Amino acid sequence: MSTLYLPCDSLARAVGADEVSTALITQAQERHLPLELQRTSSRGLYWLEPLLEVDSPQGRIAFGPLTAADVPSVLDAIGNASAHPLALGLVEELPYLKTQQRLLFARAGITRPLSLDDYRAHGGFEGLNRAVAIGGEQTATAVFDSGLRGRGGAAFPAGIKWRTVRGTQAAQKYIVCNADEGDSGTFADRMLMEGDPFLLIEGMSIAGITVGATLGYIYVRSEYPDAVATLRAALNIARTAGYLGANVGGSGQAFDLEVRVGAGAYICGEETALLDSLEGKRGIVRAKPPIPALQGLFGQPTLVHNVLTLASVPLILAKGAQFYRDYGMGRSLGTMPFQLAGNIRHGGLVERAFGLTLRELLEGYGGGTASGRPLKAAQVGGPLGTWVPPSQFDTPLDYEAFAAMGAMLGHGGVVAADDSLDMAQMARFAMQFCAEESCGKCTPCRIGSTRGVEVIDRLLAAPDQSGRDEQALVLKDLCDTMQYGSLCALGGMAPFPVASALKYFPADFGLQPSEAEQ
Amino acid sequence: MPDELLHLPIVNGLLERHKGSPGALLPILHDIQERIGYIPDAAVPEIAHALNQSQAEIRGVISFYHDFRTAPPARHILRLCRAESCKSRGAEQLAAQLRERLQLDDHGSSADGSISLRPVYCLGACACSPALELDGRVHARLSAERLDALLDACREDA
Repeated sequence: MSTLYLPCDSLARAVGADEVSTALITQAQERHLPLELQRTSSRGLYWLEPLLEVDSPQGRIAFGPLTAADVPSVLDAIGNASAHPLALGLVEELPYLKTQQRLLFARAGITRPLSLDDYRAHGGFEGLNRAVAIGGEQTATAVFDSGLRGRGGAAFPAGIKWRTVRGTQAAQKYIVCNADEGDSGTFADRMLMEGDPFLLIEGMSIAGITVGATLGYIYVRSEYPDAVATLRAALNIARTAGYLGANVGGSGQAFDLEVRVGAGAYICGEETALLDSLEGKRGIVRAKPPIPALQGLFGQPTLVHNVLTLASVPLILAKGAQFYRDYGMGRSLGTMPFQLAGNIRHGGLVERAFGLTLRELLEGYGGGTASGRPLKAAQVGGPLGTWVPPSQFDTPLDYEAFAAMGAMLGHGGVVAADDSLDMAQMARFAMQFCAEESCGKCTPCRIGSTRGVEVIDRLLAAPDQSGRDEQALVLKDLCDTMQYGSLCALGGMAPFPVASALKYFPADFGLQPSEAEQ
Repeated sequence: MPDELLHLPIVNGLLERHKGSPGALLPILHDIQERIGYIPDAAVPEIAHALNQSQAEIRGVISFYHDFRTAPPARHILRLCRAESCKSRGAEQLAAQLRERLQLDDHGSSADGSISLRPVYCLGACACSPALELDGRVHARLSAERLDALLDACREDA
């Protein structure tokens, strides 16, 4: 009896994993082969999906990327794997995976998402048990000491938020998980929710009993229906097993969770707009202060964190703050799941300690562009991120190093582009996207973004150099107004991709380099 | 529209189920749309009454979110991702192919009610761009040929 493993991750399914699964089951029956097929999470080596793994005495052997048509020959090759053209050897020995530092995604590709037994067999609930044993004060201290910073993009120290919410007195406090992962080029939240839902539940439970919140919400974007279904099923399993409910993990404290689904508004990834949306309103950004830690959901103290931030907590508790601090550089501690996307040969998830360079990521892991053409730029940190030119690819991936060059790491998404991508069109798209998704509360964002599209159109249509220069000046001025005058990061950072495109790729706008750098 | 009134028992059943849950408007609207296919105009006063809010507030929420429809959808809904990652892998050429083949703009519905086009900004499939979602299912690593094959399949059962 051999055991086979195939991901049930939505992207693996989007490239044919279900068809491979059906073919495997049918073929095995026809051949009277006794085999067990487990649908696991994905390793995040997406260019190899659908990636089939087969147990062997040495470890799991991988085949990929497969189609249903490859299944008969793969079944022939079990036992003599090296003979198959799509055989990749031991999956753990693949350099892409072997060189990673998988803390958060330690179970990726190994366990079945909804198996509590799998989760517990791989370290699950050790963090919660530890938190229950040491109590709230020490748990909050461990989070503080670990140096963990918010993984959603703003990189605010998590421990400060925990202590603030813990220190408040209120009839009701909340934990809110921001799972509205709307940034293009990011998929780590999706992978984690679909692949390891108990990790997020454990992290939120620890947060709940530590700060004294009895209720939590996971706000998931509607574009992720598989994540919603997996989380809802996982909540029921966790509740039945006593990890949620009146007595969380034997702590004597109550905590429960509900999944709420967004409705296609990018702005609801902004934490205060998300809170309004949870309250059943339009997702309009709130002015801060008051900060959500003091007056958040329904006006009550609320701990709002991204999926990856909350999912980092169980490990910090289980292994200790020092273990976590030992990864990373400067003030960027721990690991970051970088997401390689766009025009890249080896797209996927790369979890590494902060500090590797963008070049190592794009050329080492990514293997250059998928098209084989030269890399032109990489957009780091989602649609509001800077387009970084190859001359800056040696910058270490670290919050401060990126901020120093006027860029941001954001949620760790990296979109690669080859020399065929027109940066003027990408700048126009950034403004258009901002116009479409602006909540409309503040003027620089609401009106500035629409004017931005118009100015870029005029710039590109200008008949001569002086006309283009004039419009470029207006565009830079507009970018300034939006950056410094907007209420939240949408209007405040939409100028980043525009200004960086203008600065590094002036030729795409028909401008001379010297004038563009003025 | 008298036939919209036929939906009211469903709407009221859902309202009954969600009452007592704080901030329940989005779950209510999602449930109504899932059951009926869209948010009928006749549902708005019922929701407003149940939540003790004004009709303007309810309509304001419906119009704010891209997901909510106020008219019945086409038989198939195709959402092509138009965000940066997919653009860097040729999403705009696929968009042009769709417009050309269906004779629709990016937000259009075909006259026979068989297919609706919507842009979407990221499906989380960025490692295998370009991607689209057809009737709730994501297809990634798209090519012009695969897009044509998917459209053919939609036409066949039209």
